[in-house]
Amino acid sequence: MKCTDILEKISDYLDKELDPDICKEIENHIHDCEPCIAFVNTMRKTVELFNKAGREPAPVPEHVSDKLMNFLKKNAKPE
Amino acid sequence: MEKAEKGLNSSERDGEDRDTPLVERALAGDFAAFEQLVKKHQARVFYHAMKFLNRQEDAEDILQETFLHAFKGLSSFRGDALFLTWLLKIATNNCLMRLRKNKKMDLISLDKPVEINGSELPREIMDWSQNPSDQRMESETREYLDKAIARLPEDKRIVLLLKDVEGFSNQEISQTLGMSVAAVKSRLHRARLAMRDLLSHYFEEREINKK
Ligand SMILES: [Zn+2]
Repeated sequence: MKCTDILEKISDYLDKELDPDICKEIENHIHDCEPCIAFVNTMRKTVELFNKAGREPAPVPEHVSDKLMNFLKKNAKPE
Repeated sequence: MEKAEKGLNSSERDGEDRDTPLVERALAGDFAAFEQLVKKHQARVFYHAMKFLNRQEDAEDILQETFLHAFKGLSSFRGDALFLTWLLKIATNNCLMRLRKNKKMDLISLDKPVEINGSELPREIMDWSQNPSDQRMESETREYLDKAIARLPEDKRIVLLLKDVEGFSNQEISQTLGMSVAAVKSRLHRARLAMRDLLSHYFEEREINKK
């Protein structure tokens, strides 16, 4: 396992889509490779940040929300 | 607002439990119950469309279309999926249709897409993974994430959005976008590499500015 293999397999590794023996090889490599540790950690963090951004969206701008409610009252609300 | 955010932070299971009675009341003709569902989920739908289409006017339209569609099709909502998941699928389909329409009208994004270099291991100096250790995401970081994803080429942006932001499976994404799972995975991988690069610059600069 070389650094370039880690680069290539990192997404599958983070998504737990690799065979256990390949995971083991990756973990063995990362164990003694400083740049790969930082690379794997920051890739994992990148994915986590986007997960988090999805779960915690900013509030909708007020005028957008008002426009939506008016639109629904006009078009969806039963008489 | 505080209340809505609490709802979004609670577990999905919890959200489902609280949505089901509202859906039932809305189906029985209680418009106020439907309004509560809208208030609770509008942010997820709106920012989904924003990231998908990169245009606020389009996102506003999609927001309206999605909730109108949901209102009219409420009786077809099956309780076996989360209400939010169901909404995001409607929104995704609306976004895909809008994208095709925009292409016909030749509306292309003016943002310069980020260059994706996937063949070299970046010479990492700094491990910033412990950097934003705060529980809640800072609005500055969130804004940066929005800007970063907007710079991805469209095919990769949509895959990253569906997978990492919205949590769809590779299988679902492959069906929705009509591409193979292998193609989904390869786009996702390249998108993540590009995002990691941009975030590295961002956190490194933040470190420097702190000093
Ligand atoms: Zn290495």
